[in-house]
Amino acid sequence: MKLPGGIGLRIGAVVAVVAACFVIFGTFHGPQTKSVQHGYRGTGMDLVYARAELVAARADNGLPDAIDTVEPAGQKSSEVYQNVQVLGDIDVAEFNRLMASFAAWVAPKDGPQAGCAYCHGNEGNFASDALYTKRVARRMLQMTRHINADWQPHVQKTGVTCYTCHRGQPVPSYVWFKNPGPASGMAVPTAAGGTSSLLTDPYTPYLDGTAEIRVASTTALPAGDRQSIKQTEGTYSLMMHMANSLGVNCTYCHNTRAFSNWSQSTPQRVSAWYGIRMVRDIDRNYLESLQDTFPVTRLGPHGDVAKVNCTTCHQGAFKPLLGASMVGSYPELIASGSEPPKPPHM
Amino acid sequence: MPEYQNIFTQVQLRGPLYPGIPLPGVGNRERRGTPSFNTWAGIIGDAQVGPIYLGFFGLASIAFGFAAFEIIGLNMWASVGWSPVQFVRQLPWLALEPPAPGAGLCVICPLQQGGWWQIAGLFLTTSVLLWWVRIYRRAKALGMGTHAAWAFLSAIWLFLVLGFIRPLLMGSWGEAVPFGIFPHLDWTAAFSLRYGNLFYNPFHMLSIVFLYGSTLLFAMHGATILAVSRLGGEREIEQIVDRGTASERAALFWRWTMGFNATMESVHRWAWWFAVLTPLVGGIGILLTGTAVDNWYLWAVKHGVAPGYPHYGPPVVDPALLTGGK
Repeated sequence: MKLPGGIGLRIGAVVAVVAACFVIFGTFHGPQTKSVQHGYRGTGMDLVYARAELVAARADNGLPDAIDTVEPAGQKSSEVYQNVQVLGDIDVAEFNRLMASFAAWVAPKDGPQAGCAYCHGNEGNFASDALYTKRVARRMLQMTRHINADWQPHVQKTGVTCYTCHRGQPVPSYVWFKNPGPASGMAVPTAAGGTSSLLTDPYTPYLDGTAEIRVASTTALPAGDRQSIKQTEGTYSLMMHMANSLGVNCTYCHNTRAFSNWSQSTPQRVSAWYGIRMVRDIDRNYLESLQDTFPVTRLGPHGDVAKVNCTTCHQGAFKPLLGASMVGSYPELIASGSEPPKPPHM
Repeated sequence: MPEYQNIFTQVQLRGPLYPGIPLPGVGNRERRGTPSFNTWAGIIGDAQVGPIYLGFFGLASIAFGFAAFEIIGLNMWASVGWSPVQFVRQLPWLALEPPAPGAGLCVICPLQQGGWWQIAGLFLTTSVLLWWVRIYRRAKALGMGTHAAWAFLSAIWLFLVLGFIRPLLMGSWGEAVPFGIFPHLDWTAAFSLRYGNLFYNPFHMLSIVFLYGSTLLFAMHGATILAVSRLGGEREIEQIVDRGTASERAALFWRWTMGFNATMESVHRWAWWFAVLTPLVGGIGILLTGTAVDNWYLWAVKHGVAPGYPHYGPPVVDPALLTGGK
């Protein structure tokens, strides 16, 4: 058989095959996936996990070294230390252990920040509130106690500690700042929306604000619902963020034949619903209350404080730290009513 | 004997260059340029390239189409601050978007808030309609039927439903599709999500049937003709008027395998209708979405289309219905 075009065609064919290989193997995941049935048979309710992502989530969600428990010293911390505003009622031995834990979780000595000095400075005056880091830490402590006591519909008894987000870093690896996108308002690639062209910043309207997430009509025939396709793209972007944060696909929470239908959803969707409200509470009542506390260098390009989203805690795992609870030996991190009452953020 | 059982044409016939039959009244006046042979063109089709006739409608169509293309491209480039590198890197994500949903049906929207989208859409529509006129007139000039023009019009119908007719009925340009590679795909997904899953839209179902049916028919027909090309089966017109052994065998093959066969003529009618009905019924399905039906899943439940399944796991209740949500 003689090929027309001779050597030129053959070279062209080789180039085309090599290019096709790059496209195919560079674009698609290998068959290294694991499927788990997550609903009634035949309904497509399957969780599909990429093995590589499971391995990465396991590697990213290990536990820190446990810190030894202590015998009570019989004295309240406020009797020993000055300016203890939040934890004045607990035993001083527990207090010291908790402070050592904070240092290990947030500013470890072997890290770039120097343990206790990260908040308390080197002057030896531990009562001083001079450093912004200490004032932020106090607010974050109040936040943690509030989450563990009042947001159990989301965190259950597993609870959270500083380490859930900080993972040994003074600033958690996954925080967000406002990102209005290009001035034109036109679509650009969005990391939040799973590298789609959807809403660039789904966090500001849905996690800082209380924009309506539910967009599908609740009636078969038109009855005045004017939710737009544009708003749907915003919800879609938020949902991509949630799925990527947890390392799951849509069917973890939804039956995709009717995304909005609750009776066909999984219990995880209820947990996620509370999670969204919890994040709104954290961002609006805790992190934004620190707007004037943070130095300008800690603020985002548009002058706002770092805020949390699902990734801040979850970091690729269906449960932060793969569901391990660290709060068990720190009962002082669970305290309801230590806060002035806040309006619910539904 | 030439063989055609390959992915490309292995034999290229080189007769004298042929300008085509002279047309009544105008002769060969409606064709421009000197024809030539091209080997690469011959691999996938006829080796002769040209002559061509664009005429007023063709040239006007290309001019409007180019203007629309430029408006879309320059707006995308502007959206990345005129950076050539970012334009290339982000091109699949960039968009020229319609007016925001809140703008309703502004007649002349501000340029940066959908005005450019309106102009690009108007120019692109003009271009497509002019090209339709051209196809219709060229077919008439050759004394052919106008089947290609009507098939093209079916695609134009879907295009206009998506970008013009349905937004008009919904009272908002914001319902229309953005220009852009990923943006129009994201729009498609969001459209289905907003209106309760388009797979429960019966006209969407029909459109899928005709789309997949088209590929099936194309595969069956292409395979049949290639399989009998060694007997001259690709000379379809001759086979229609004087059925030879190729046509006999092709017919026999399908009569043996499925008990029934199309004819050399009817298979093209099948293919034409399947192709035409794909965007035709698809456009009807889009037109009904949001105007007559707001949630296709609930509509399907109402009419017994969507089955129920036994519940799995603990019962799940909308937490927003519970007091306070905490």
